[in-house]
Amino acid sequence: MSDAKIKKIRVGVASCGIAAGAEAVMDLLKKEAGAIPVEGTGCLGHCYAEPMVEVLLDNGESVIYRDVKADEKAVRNILSVGPENRFEIPPVRKAKELVKVLALAGRIDPTSFEDYVANGGYKGLEKALAMTSAEVIDEVKLSGLRGRGGGGFPTGNKWGFLAAKQADEKILICNADEGDPGAFMDRALMESAPHQVLEGMLIAAYATGATKLFIYCRAEYPMAIKHLKIAIAQIYEHKLNVVAGRELEIIIKEGAGAFVCGEETALIASLEGQRGTPRFRPPFPTDKGWMGYPSMINNVETFGNIPLILREGGAEFAKVGTEGSKGTKIFALAGDLKYPGLVEVPMGITLREIVFDIGGADPEKVKAVQTGGPSGGCIPVELFDTPVDYDSLKKLGAIMGSGGMIVIGKDRCMVETARYFLDFTHRESCGKCTFCRVGTTRMYETLERNVAGKGEMSDIELLENLGPKIRMGSLCGLGQTAPNPVLATLRYYRHEYEAHVRDHQCEALQCNALVDLKLDQSKCVKCKLCIKNCPVGAISDDFVIDNTKCTRCNTCLDMCPKKAIRRVKKGSN
Amino acid sequence: MTEKYAFLEKVGREPSNLIKGLQAVQGVEGYVSDESIRAISEYFGIPEVEVEGVLSFYAQFKRVKPGKYKIAVCDGTACHIKGSPLVQEWVSRALGISDGETDEKGHFSLETVACLGCCSLAPVMSVNGRVYAKLDRKTTIKILKEYEAK
Repeated sequence: MSDAKIKKIRVGVASCGIAAGAEAVMDLLKKEAGAIPVEGTGCLGHCYAEPMVEVLLDNGESVIYRDVKADEKAVRNILSVGPENRFEIPPVRKAKELVKVLALAGRIDPTSFEDYVANGGYKGLEKALAMTSAEVIDEVKLSGLRGRGGGGFPTGNKWGFLAAKQADEKILICNADEGDPGAFMDRALMESAPHQVLEGMLIAAYATGATKLFIYCRAEYPMAIKHLKIAIAQIYEHKLNVVAGRELEIIIKEGAGAFVCGEETALIASLEGQRGTPRFRPPFPTDKGWMGYPSMINNVETFGNIPLILREGGAEFAKVGTEGSKGTKIFALAGDLKYPGLVEVPMGITLREIVFDIGGADPEKVKAVQTGGPSGGCIPVELFDTPVDYDSLKKLGAIMGSGGMIVIGKDRCMVETARYFLDFTHRESCGKCTFCRVGTTRMYETLERNVAGKGEMSDIELLENLGPKIRMGSLCGLGQTAPNPVLATLRYYRHEYEAHVRDHQCEALQCNALVDLKLDQSKCVKCKLCIKNCPVGAISDDFVIDNTKCTRCNTCLDMCPKKAIRRVKKGSN
Repeated sequence: MTEKYAFLEKVGREPSNLIKGLQAVQGVEGYVSDESIRAISEYFGIPEVEVEGVLSFYAQFKRVKPGKYKIAVCDGTACHIKGSPLVQEWVSRALGISDGETDEKGHFSLETVACLGCCSLAPVMSVNGRVYAKLDRKTTIKILKEYEAK
């Protein structure tokens, strides 16, 4: 490194950075850095390396540090642009990813209007305002952009529907109720580049004639809400909320914790201050939405794409991706892999590339991947050459969903995984449709029975019978997709179900009721750590585990320095 | 309107702000009490039973007074796969309370939440909104002890 001086230091202080301890790092850096400005920034997507600090030098270069601790040594290393803990994006990942929508995440101060503008911000809006609203919609149609919330409806067409309506007032809603457990793309975008989402909304408002703009954000995302509020105030300050002579009102509404509110008609009911239950369509929201006004709902990531489309043009945007799915998609990678975090990739990339090349998962240890959260399905490792686009995933019984991607290792039980998802959906069912309310509960109870070793072969039939009925008998996406995790696991891992109900065995050794714990006396060094820490006193003085007392809490497994305790098939002790 | 709930004036009286009103009450009092339901009903001109109907629909609203330290154990997909049921058990056992309960001293309350959005740092839990990542038994117990001493 030349003797370039430090111009600025950025610390990643999005939610996950803070969870990893970034605040303490930032406080310490501020104290020690003297005259060098220390700023907070958003998420770089490399959650496995948090807390992360970027040092910008006055020669234009920058050095990123990973796993930074809040101690003197780490701070000294950073302030001297030292060699330790430097971060490089893994080269395989760099070759496969295509960062467009997230380009500014972690690169700008999300609370600074000037930072956003200096990086091309509001250029898209400027371009849009120089066009007619019909031309803007044509540009979005040309881009081939489809809804990123999971549905995959062509965005330009939706805009066209709202634009064609004549009404005193038209409503635009940003769906930021990212409720899929395992998905955090929208949170990162709102926390790291709130202006980008808002610019997309302003362009949409211009194109469709909407005057009231809602952002329906989950209350569990306080930082996203804070950054959006700051950004909205800046928009008002710079009068960007006046488009084509119309003054737009931008309102943030906090959700109150109901998964079903991701469904558009339920979301509208919630915005009206009611119970968030969906209703029959038609009328579609573009005909009759919030308080009866024509309304249109797009997802956060969809809006995040809009400024790019306007800036580079729809045709250029459409060069990336596949025939039916254009552009890039952000995925939230988590589960059994080496590099969890956010990743943005071109549509059409294969699951193999995402999970193994980018995610760094061990091919020997992966069983499947779950896309689309509780509404999606699992895709077994044998089918990982499938390209990631809306239509290919649907064919496999999974869905693109909003972008959650959970890697499931070989030591996870698929029956338990399905049970987990049904536990979620049956609780989140709003109760309006009988098949969803009762059907998902029956499915859940059946799976509970199976993992407890109390199932029967007829249970499999029952699950297969219920699935299509719930799908047909439900009004909204929640019910229509709720059986997916069960049906997909049954399709690919039927033998696991059979082993549970017929033989009362869990081959992954995950289901507590179907495993015993065994202490291997030949490995044991008699340190007594297990005996001291067992919460129920299930281990005798001569180191034998009493499986009738044991609750399978795994404490002794974690404690044992010699790994002498294992989970084994029930009854094999 | 009683003095106590004067802060509702800032919310705005349109019925579409009902959820916002409930959030304001919970923000101040930590939960939604019978008394506050009466105040909200009066303020918005919506029958109490309907207020209760809306608030019981949403997981966010609490009808039981929470403890001084609110523990939320994440049971989102990623956390579940990484062992969040164990985290729940460790916490439950250490504090003697289960999901949705507050301990006798009013010091801790425990709930399971769908997803805190920190999936890549799983398993996680939060105490009064502060997220703790990559939990194992030792760190979980240590965190609880720290709050216990506060």
